[in-house]
Amino acid sequence: MRKLLMVSAALAVTASAGWSEAIMPASVSFDDGAVASSISGQPGDPEAGRLVMNKGAGNCIACHEVSVLSEWPFHGEVGPALDGVGDRWSEAELRGIVSNAKMMFPETMMPSFYKTDGYIRPGNAFTGKAAEGELEPLLTAQQIEDVVAFLLTLKE
Amino acid sequence: MNGFNGGLLSALALTVGLGGVATAEPDDDSLTINGEIAIVTEAAAPAHLEYVDTVYSGWRFRSDETQAVQMDDFDNPGMLGVELGIEQWSAVDGSEGESCASCHGDVEDMAGVKAVYPKWNEGAGEVRTIEMQINDCRKTRMGAEEWKYNGGEMTNTVALLASVSRGLPVNVAIDGPAQSTWEKGKEIYYTRYGQLELSCANCHEDNYGNMIRADHLSQGQINGFPTYRLKNTKLNTVHDRFRGCIRDTRAHTFSVASPEFIALELYVTSRGNGLSVEGPSVRN
Ligand code: HEC
Ligand code: HEC
Repeated sequence: MRKLLMVSAALAVTASAGWSEAIMPASVSFDDGAVASSISGQPGDPEAGRLVMNKGAGNCIACHEVSVLSEWPFHGEVGPALDGVGDRWSEAELRGIVSNAKMMFPETMMPSFYKTDGYIRPGNAFTGKAAEGELEPLLTAQQIEDVVAFLLTLKE
Repeated sequence: MNGFNGGLLSALALTVGLGGVATAEPDDDSLTINGEIAIVTEAAAPAHLEYVDTVYSGWRFRSDETQAVQMDDFDNPGMLGVELGIEQWSAVDGSEGESCASCHGDVEDMAGVKAVYPKWNEGAGEVRTIEMQINDCRKTRMGAEEWKYNGGEMTNTVALLASVSRGLPVNVAIDGPAQSTWEKGKEIYYTRYGQLELSCANCHEDNYGNMIRADHLSQGQINGFPTYRLKNTKLNTVHDRFRGCIRDTRAHTFSVASPEFIALELYVTSRGNGLSVEGPSVRN
């Protein structure tokens, strides 16, 4: 039992070491709006990415329609439908768009999901109060990779 | 004037992206209240609006069911606030033994007042919302306590003053001494606040008519305030609505009655010059 605990503690350490290899938001480098390689240092999981499309900080379908997500109601019309984006854009381009869409589409309405500075009156989530301390990006490095992996499954 | 070009750019990209699907339209319904008060819900945009040709009341973006609730005062729950406002109108309060009625007479005589607020007050040297004016009357003329800016008594009285102006065109002055306040409000309207970096214009100028998740975006006009919302079953004030929208951008909001919201109220009201006063309106 004790040994098992120690093994899982060791695993946890490895996992967090994996995390610390994530590229911090300010250090992500964009090339024509695209980001060449995984920002978490890990591959993305399309199933996990699928969930981010709906709930919480992602809520991509607030603005985008996605046919394969029709089990969730009320897709928005603010951005283009995402059907077929896996054909239209490369993995690196999608990673760039999801991390900071303003690099690909200057001044776009799409929020920057992997950015932590440069905001005007940033709030403490949806409380209306001022943010305290350092901001977290809207999505973690791994969530960005998961969403990108999901988007790559959207082929015509 | 952050986000100006951005608004245009993304609006362009949007048309292309959606393959020209024309969804950005309100419905064609027309509004007459109690079968007698004709409400202008669509008007040529005032000259100062650069990116919009036609202004629409938020009523035009609501479902038929929600629209119907506003068409008859017996169905409109906002009229309960107006009833309470009528009682307060003639209630004596404060050290001077006065009521609103002792100076202003019948409330019907106040028709047209709500339509021109917020308004420059020469004596005070400031732009005043109607709430500020009401509290000034209470303090200096009645010797009464000021009401809470967005509290029940105040909001019911604003609803009463709106109701007697229904059908008259919104017509706030934006030039002369009010201009600098108006400019400040305009700048706030186009600033992309919060961690979502969204301005009022992103949602209500570039995307009115579009769905954002389950919400049908309107132009965010305030000719219908105070607004009875089916969602929270009470009359909602302009500043509370501003606060809610800014909060939804993950931003630190301004407070009710702040100089920023007073300026924004003047600016947003002026975007609806030409629409009818419609409060108390009904929204979801
Ligand atoms: C507040 C609105 C909004 C949200 C939320 C949003 N987007 Fe977007 N998105 C847009 C807009 C607008 C565009 C069009 C780009 C432009 O402005 O030129 C866009 C473009 C895109 C594109 C390029 C599509 C194409 O066909 O060219 C992708 C991919 C995309 N978004 C993915 C996402 C994902 C994934 C999320 C959530 C993690 C998301 N978006 C959240 C508004 C939004
Ligand atoms: C992220 C999108 C978004 C942003 C940004 C936003 N709003 Fe809204 N607003 C909404 C939605 C959704 C509604 C409810 C549907 C409607 O009436 O448009 C709404 C409603 C309103 C209404 C009520 C309209 C009526 O007819 O009762 C007003 C007024 C308003 N907004 C003003 C503003 C102002 C001013 C700002 C900027 C300070 C702003 N909004 C920013 C999404 C937004």
